[in-house]
Amino acid sequence: MPTRDTSEQHSRSRSSEAPHVEETAAASSDLAERKEALDADIDAILGDIDEVLEINAEEFVRGFVQKGGQ
Amino acid sequence: MTVHRVMGIETEYGISVPGHPHVNSMLTSSQIVNAYANSMYGSRRGKTRWDYDEETPLRDARGFDLTRAEADPAQLTDEDTGLANVILTNGARLYVDHAHPEYSSPEITNPRDAVIWDKAGERIMARAVEFVRQIPGLQPVNLYKNNTDNKGASYGTHENYLMSRSTPFSEIVRHLTPFFVSRAVVTGSGRVGLGQNGRKHGFQLTQRADFFETEVGLETTLKRPIINTRDEPHADAEKYRRLHVIVGDANLAEVSTYLKMGTTSLVLAMLEAGALNLDLVLENPVKEMHQVSHDYTLKHLIELGSGRRLTAVQMQLEFAEQARKFVEDRWGADVDAQTLDVLTRWESVLGRLESEPMSLARELDWVAKLSILQGYRERDTLDWDDPRLHLVDLQYSDVRPDKGIAQRLQARGSLERITTDEEVIQAMTSPPTDTRAWFRGECLRRYPDHVAAASWDSVIFDIPGNDTLQRVPTMEPLKGSRDHVGALLDRSATAAELLAALNSSPR
Repeated sequence: MPTRDTSEQHSRSRSSEAPHVEETAAASSDLAERKEALDADIDAILGDIDEVLEINAEEFVRGFVQKGGQ
Repeated sequence: MTVHRVMGIETEYGISVPGHPHVNSMLTSSQIVNAYANSMYGSRRGKTRWDYDEETPLRDARGFDLTRAEADPAQLTDEDTGLANVILTNGARLYVDHAHPEYSSPEITNPRDAVIWDKAGERIMARAVEFVRQIPGLQPVNLYKNNTDNKGASYGTHENYLMSRSTPFSEIVRHLTPFFVSRAVVTGSGRVGLGQNGRKHGFQLTQRADFFETEVGLETTLKRPIINTRDEPHADAEKYRRLHVIVGDANLAEVSTYLKMGTTSLVLAMLEAGALNLDLVLENPVKEMHQVSHDYTLKHLIELGSGRRLTAVQMQLEFAEQARKFVEDRWGADVDAQTLDVLTRWESVLGRLESEPMSLARELDWVAKLSILQGYRERDTLDWDDPRLHLVDLQYSDVRPDKGIAQRLQARGSLERITTDEEVIQAMTSPPTDTRAWFRGECLRRYPDHVAAASWDSVIFDIPGNDTLQRVPTMEPLKGSRDHVGALLDRSATAAELLAALNSSPR
């Protein structure tokens, strides 16, 4: 489960992904729409994964120790 | 040949007992294999042993044998260690290899079947985890279809391709090295952490790249080479070579596995036909393999010996272009549907990798994983060293349907399927019909009490009343198919009848 302060959860920056000015208006709005759909989907996916992530990430990752193989 | 050839995938799974990081993994791996074998078949068939007679792990494709004294003990895979080792009715081998449970798929003849029997292996491992949970007194064990613990250890997912013996090995090395270095953009499973121990922060395309240290060699466990020279065809060695590919990642995404097997088989077909005309000899293959993997923006320029520089995607496009031309020249309109599908998907994937890589999140493992990781990074402002990102990386490959992130993506339709549940479930217990795996698997299913041992190239029968075991060699991978011996098995109610029929008619 997320352990971070929820106030950080909406801090995503979109400035670097803004459509490029040279592009035609149609192309850029198409791109923006697809980006928005992707973002909505990824939010839903993260929500789904939050439900099943192992509780103590640090300990769990540290405890995953393997012997070498082929 | 096209994308069609005799192939297989073997996967060592990561194994862990939560809360007990230093538990004996040979023991827990044996528990996994035995739990599955006993639950599915009862104790008798769990004891069907592997037949090591034809194994020659120290045979080198360059034409010499390593002596046993020179070999690292880890290379001696033909010594019966007493560890769990069973053959399944789907023709696969399930056993303990180097402290990991391993599923070696049955021999299949096309990339789509490779995906089906690879996915069947995932479900078999998930069932095994469940079976261990039900055994009183055993600690719960988890399995992961990945290739590193991010602490310096790696374990493999190996592809095997049967190819013509007459193709010069030097040509294989010359063309496959740039192909393997660049195919990471399609076949990578993604990894959080750089370097063998993963201590450097960041994301890379592959699980395996950082563990490769040389260009050509026989080893698989140390000083891993990009081109592995193990030459153990499990078939007529005059006619065939088995190309053993150790650079690949364990893939969860079906499209990744499909393209990995399909495009590699196509490139081998061009090599066998002498139809590959590319000068892509790399200046420094090992360094490039690491750098391609480390640059998920896909902008890294690979340096060729000729002085030319191009990206991994551009390099793959050159292979794809030659493959398209090769298929059109040889088969024209008669090309089979799967070869055409592999070619079309390959071109489509490469085109989008050039223009809009993140749009491949429904198809390729590394993009699916990266998009989730980037989602977490943005939503919760996490840096690459955050344990939660490492956990997402690890849990992406958890074999349990409720815990594995890739499986959850598939279940919600966010990761494309090219197989159906019905096909995969059937493949857990049924062999492919068009190779010798059918004979192996069906003999085990029909005459479970009278198969003493089996291997890729033999089935050994223990017939009541006979003093000696009877070995049926299966040296031709395409013989022993349902078409070939189906009627014979149908006529043989017992193993004794089968053996009598085999002995009276030369096959």
